[in-house]
Amino acid sequence: MTTPEQEALAAATERADRVAERGGVHVSADAIWEALGRVPDPEIPVVSVVELGIVRAIEWTATGLDVRVTPTYSGCPATELIVQGIRDALAQAGVVDAKVTTVLSPAWTTDWIAPEARAKLAAFGIAPPGAAAARVDVAGISPLRRAREPVACPRCGSTQTALLAQFGSTACKALYRCEACREPFDYFKPH
Amino acid sequence: MSTDAHLLEYLLRLADSDLVLAQRLGEWVGKGPVIEEDIALTNVGLDLIGQARLWYGYAGEVEARLTGEGRDEDQFAFRRDAHEFRNLLLAEQPNGSYADTIARQFLFDQWHLLALCVLARSSDARVAEVAAKGAKEAAYHAERSADWVIRLGDGTDESHRRMQAAIDELWRYAGEMFVPDAAEIALAEAGIGADARALQAPWDAAVDAVLAEATLARPAAGHVQKGGKQGRHTEHLGHLLAEMQFLQRAYPDARW
Repeated sequence: MTTPEQEALAAATERADRVAERGGVHVSADAIWEALGRVPDPEIPVVSVVELGIVRAIEWTATGLDVRVTPTYSGCPATELIVQGIRDALAQAGVVDAKVTTVLSPAWTTDWIAPEARAKLAAFGIAPPGAAAARVDVAGISPLRRAREPVACPRCGSTQTALLAQFGSTACKALYRCEACREPFDYFKPH
Repeated sequence: MSTDAHLLEYLLRLADSDLVLAQRLGEWVGKGPVIEEDIALTNVGLDLIGQARLWYGYAGEVEARLTGEGRDEDQFAFRRDAHEFRNLLLAEQPNGSYADTIARQFLFDQWHLLALCVLARSSDARVAEVAAKGAKEAAYHAERSADWVIRLGDGTDESHRRMQAAIDELWRYAGEMFVPDAAEIALAEAGIGADARALQAPWDAAVDAVLAEATLARPAAGHVQKGGKQGRHTEHLGHLLAEMQFLQRAYPDARW
């Protein structure tokens, strides 16, 4: 099943391919996505910035390649490192004049994290995020507190887990402890 | 005043409250009661600094539309004196004990989340996109500070007493969040800003629910201390800025 998100990315890739042919540029959109797919997230290096949904679109413009990225959190300190990583990877792939533009809307959500990346997070010891869609409903917010969703331990799979701290090693993760295997672990918060 | 003049004023209020509160949270670095809290406070501060930068960026563009020249985020943060800051008085109050820090954060977070959710529907696309992003972050802040109010309020006799005292002490600064001035009313009527008065009822409902769960009493309505949004601050802001701005004041434009 393809999500609207994946369809939009596929359409953008097709557009980029067509423009590349017209402009006589020899780096295909596939090669660009492949290069971008090799840029790790600086804080969670087992997943790429593409898998995390940070790279939103690529497009050839009159002046060269434009890569659109969106920050995960407003204050994410890894943003500059990510932009540099993207420039370096593209230069290696033969695109030296890439422009990296930051877009804020639509706001990044953990719902964009690819299924393969969720499996990689779990294997790395980080419990992947639950559904974020309904967390903050800006159309009709109720700031009252919600019941917490059950979080499964990435090591033993038990859902007998307890929140230790709302913020773990980074802003995007919470710190949990598994009551079954007694190990602490990071939970990638639905956002 | 033009809509842009009101908007510049409004953006600085949002940005300054974020920045000043983040600076306060940063003062906890290395001194948190437990390491998880040390980390959590600075992560919340980091979110707020990120949001402040986005608001300052837009404020600079609006200022350029008005005067032909707009300041950048560093000029806004480091080259203005206390009377030019437009943050809420609540944001600049000292850290005090952990109960004071949590009470300040709780009262602010509940307002912040509501305000950003309204602003996410602003007719100004830039305001809407920055607010929509920030609202998701503020939801975690609000959840966390409410958890702590409950944990300390419904905790030991001492933690209950100190949490109640902190809420009582800071309550006078909360009212300012719901008192608009002409600039805010004009922007709310234009569909750009949030109507401060309309945030009061949902804030009351959320705060009352948490206080009840925390076995804490809602303070009686009393004198509302205000003026921060117009640049009239408590004595604490100058000291905060002296530390935050020292380097750029002593060595203008110094870079790493």
